[in-house]
Amino acid sequence: MDVAIIGIGLHRFGRTENMSGLQQGAAAVRSALKDAGIEWPQVQFAVGGSQDAGNADSLVNELGLTGIQFTNVWNGCATGGSALHSAYSAIKSGEYDLGVAVGFDKHPRGAFNPKPGDWGLDDWYGEVGLMLTTQFFAMKIQRYMHDYGISNDALIRVAEKAFHNGSLNPDAWRTTALSYEEIAASPMISEPLRKYMFCSPAEGGTALVLCRADRAHQYTRHPLFLKAAVVRTRYYGSFEVFSPAQAPAVNQSATVTASRDAFELAGIGPEDVQVAQLQDTESGAEIMHMAENGFCQHGEQEKLLREGATRIDGRLPVNTDGGCLANGEPVGASGLRQVYEICHQLRGSAGARQVPGKPSVGYTHVYGAPGVSGVNIITR
Amino acid sequence: MTNQRPIREGLFTWPAERPQLLGSRCRACGEMAFPSQNDCRHCCGSDTEIVELGDRGTLWTWTIQSFMPKSPYHSDETPETFRPYGVGYIEMPGGLRVEARLKENKPEELAIGQAMSLSIEPFRRDEDGTEVLAFAFQRSEENA
Ligand SMILES: [Zn+2]
Repeated sequence: MDVAIIGIGLHRFGRTENMSGLQQGAAAVRSALKDAGIEWPQVQFAVGGSQDAGNADSLVNELGLTGIQFTNVWNGCATGGSALHSAYSAIKSGEYDLGVAVGFDKHPRGAFNPKPGDWGLDDWYGEVGLMLTTQFFAMKIQRYMHDYGISNDALIRVAEKAFHNGSLNPDAWRTTALSYEEIAASPMISEPLRKYMFCSPAEGGTALVLCRADRAHQYTRHPLFLKAAVVRTRYYGSFEVFSPAQAPAVNQSATVTASRDAFELAGIGPEDVQVAQLQDTESGAEIMHMAENGFCQHGEQEKLLREGATRIDGRLPVNTDGGCLANGEPVGASGLRQVYEICHQLRGSAGARQVPGKPSVGYTHVYGAPGVSGVNIITR
Repeated sequence: MTNQRPIREGLFTWPAERPQLLGSRCRACGEMAFPSQNDCRHCCGSDTEIVELGDRGTLWTWTIQSFMPKSPYHSDETPETFRPYGVGYIEMPGGLRVEARLKENKPEELAIGQAMSLSIEPFRRDEDGTEVLAFAFQRSEENA
């Protein structure tokens, strides 16, 4: 059974002082239901998650106690991707006809402060100051730049593109474009990454209504199809966050397998994708993820960025809504925001940031702690 | 004399004339791990032994921590006394790459491939005055 996306909803990312994370999740669900033209009692099941904003199944207190199966998902940065995968599988298997995937969050300001014990690590690792995701991202791109001849110019161009795209997106958190010079002069956070090259924890919610593809036309004249939803974890030897040591063996990241398996499931290749959302926790991540997802060779990114290939009017537009850099990262909602944006692009409803040429194949990719990656492929 | 204790037993030989990092080696497949672990995440076996990883290596990648981390960071510093510190992965003989604080904290002092050596030093004090020792790496002229 194929799976269709018939409704999309988002509660604006950023800071909403007077709403809890859960309320932002509920607002996203209401907006997705309205988009699909249905009411909450028609929903047969739901899957959702958040990191810091409570149990997703508490959403029924806001939306209505209809007795449905509601599954809480927590899977690090892939929480949204995993929620979507669960909903996709439930419909694909034929068990349910129509369901909702939802993610939301509301994080305290500043960097995340993970506890070593939650990650299978001893306290000393955090006490001496090694338990920071920012260090990992900086060290991974530092080595990558050394190995593949990428310069600071590429890091700056990714951020410049993100904030430009954010300025075209009324739902973005950061809606002011930043110049190349402003980004290059922003404070150094973790060499080689500067302030405007990092995303921040934020707030927000995203929801999707899915149904079996053969019923989609009952709800909408323009359904989209979720051709692949894949979540994979790390192999022995891949370089991952929160690693007191890396193995002598070198292996590919979870992204590489998630991407390869998603393309195989969808029966298409990277060359068929017309718009993509790639995890950009910081500038370097987007650069590495371009190659890890198969969209270019390692080392080719510098030239592609200089040519503008990943801009909205480029050959492969990437992070058209401003990505994590301009939207912030409410962990539970972030992966579903990527899908929300791709749906707008494929429907032709992305406004000022619409990719020209009526794209029909879109791609989303999340990556995060502790080495988990989720990829979705969506078509018209 | 001030009492001293390692921040955690089993990370490095202590007390020792020339302390060595400690890890584990899988008796079945030979893979190394740091810190030491009972199970092998490479071959999924459970037959490992404690081994010395050495005290010399080369810098594989690095960054600089420019702001004072939030909890679980636990030093004696205040935001006023905090000094930025380097962080890197040191490739040890045998190929295992160990993450460590670096004594250098300026970009011009650090380069991939630089020879590095182990240093065990006081990191903070317990309430009773005991010095808590942690490991770090620093530039060295001597190669691994
Ligand atoms: Zn083994």
